[in-house]
Amino acid sequence: MDENKGRIRTFFSGFFRTNQLKDSDDIFALGFVNSLFAMQLVMWLEKEFAIAINDEDLDIANFNSIDAISSLINRKSLATVQV
Amino acid sequence: MRIELTPEQIGNQLGFRLFSKEHIAPHAAEHDREQRVSNALIREVAEKGYLLPFLPGEWGGQGMDMVSYGLLHEEVGKACSSVRSLLTVHDMVGLAIYRWGSSRQRHTWLSRLARGEIIGALAISEPNAGSDAGGVETVAIPRNGAYVLSGKKKWITFGQIADLFLVLAKCENKPTAFLVERGTPGFSTRPINDVLGTRGSMLAELTFDDCVVLPENLVARKGFGMSSVALTALGLGRYSIAWGSVGIAQACLDSCMRYVSQRRQFGALLKEHQLIQQMITEMITDISAARLLCCQAGYLKDMNDPREIKETFTAKYFASTIAMRAATNAVQIHGANGCSSDYPVERYLRDAKVMEIIEGSTQIQQITIAKFGFQEYEQHLLKEENINQAMAVSV
Repeated sequence: MDENKGRIRTFFSGFFRTNQLKDSDDIFALGFVNSLFAMQLVMWLEKEFAIAINDEDLDIANFNSIDAISSLINRKSLATVQV
Repeated sequence: MRIELTPEQIGNQLGFRLFSKEHIAPHAAEHDREQRVSNALIREVAEKGYLLPFLPGEWGGQGMDMVSYGLLHEEVGKACSSVRSLLTVHDMVGLAIYRWGSSRQRHTWLSRLARGEIIGALAISEPNAGSDAGGVETVAIPRNGAYVLSGKKKWITFGQIADLFLVLAKCENKPTAFLVERGTPGFSTRPINDVLGTRGSMLAELTFDDCVVLPENLVARKGFGMSSVALTALGLGRYSIAWGSVGIAQACLDSCMRYVSQRRQFGALLKEHQLIQQMITEMITDISAARLLCCQAGYLKDMNDPREIKETFTAKYFASTIAMRAATNAVQIHGANGCSSDYPVERYLRDAKVMEIIEGSTQIQQITIAKFGFQEYEQHLLKEENINQAMAVSV
């Protein structure tokens, strides 16, 4: 879990400063997200964590913080293992 | 490092080239003149499996790799930009459904789209929203468990004959995508004729007049119509346009090679004149560079690498720009003949101009690529900062 958060933070650091960013901070509310970033984030998550993000996952609450993204990865990874 | 096509990709390329040369190119001038592509040719293209070929077999595709897909769009684009534009928009709709559609939508539409039983069209542009796609004015109002669409779409490629439209609207002020079938009450299309280039693309204006769309036709969730659905479709569109631009540029070069090898002026073949050689050299170099950028974008797409987004922007920007330059030079080399419909280069010039405008204008690409550049610069600075901090700690 913590390792995933570290990887997400490293990915974020390619787009905006993350020194002050807490795991629970809302990156949408902070104005860090535009549509191109969102596209890259989804592609990166799928490649980095070998998960498939589909229409049912499209909820801002799944992507708005390091905590939320980490939880999404865990749920998707678990689903993949169970399949 | 190896920069070459695989044997399978070379085989695909030969097949695409042969089909395009024999079945598409002979009709290109007619498509331009008559402002339509025949149903018979669309059937032939579908039967060859050239619609949505990248889809997995279970959805009617061939699981084609994206470099081969690009080669297909180059060869078709070399033969006829109007037919290439059919492949572009149809596949954009199919990809959006495959990527973000519900299971029900995928089962209902994908195989039929891949077989060409129905044609798809992407409806984003409006009279007041072109490059600013986020500014669409078409609205979708939730009512009695459904959505009521009102507004107009403009410049919709193959909108005259499409059966299924992927429509971007604002729903409670959030960009949202819907599938609308032809024949839905309140939906109508009107042909747009006499445009500059890709004149066989059968453009249409669409009107939604209290058009009721069922909730099962909502694609992805409310609010994700732009960031997920439209951008996925437009990403593929840019890739197709990049390759199609290489096709136009190659067609320009091929025409010029024939012409300068036959026409004499001042007692010598045109190809012996050094200023002609200069223009030919520019075309050859530009085409090679554009094709490499396209291959790079395709390779990254096949790797599902997020960097493909930037590389596709770059490829589209460069390829459409060099297609226009090649077409301008091709007309120049052909002289007065180049201004006549007796030679195809005047059509290439008109088609090339369109490539600099569609799927994001040259200026939009420039702004976006620069943003990617600044982003990479920031990443570079951060890396240096981290290295310096690590060194300071170790010292």
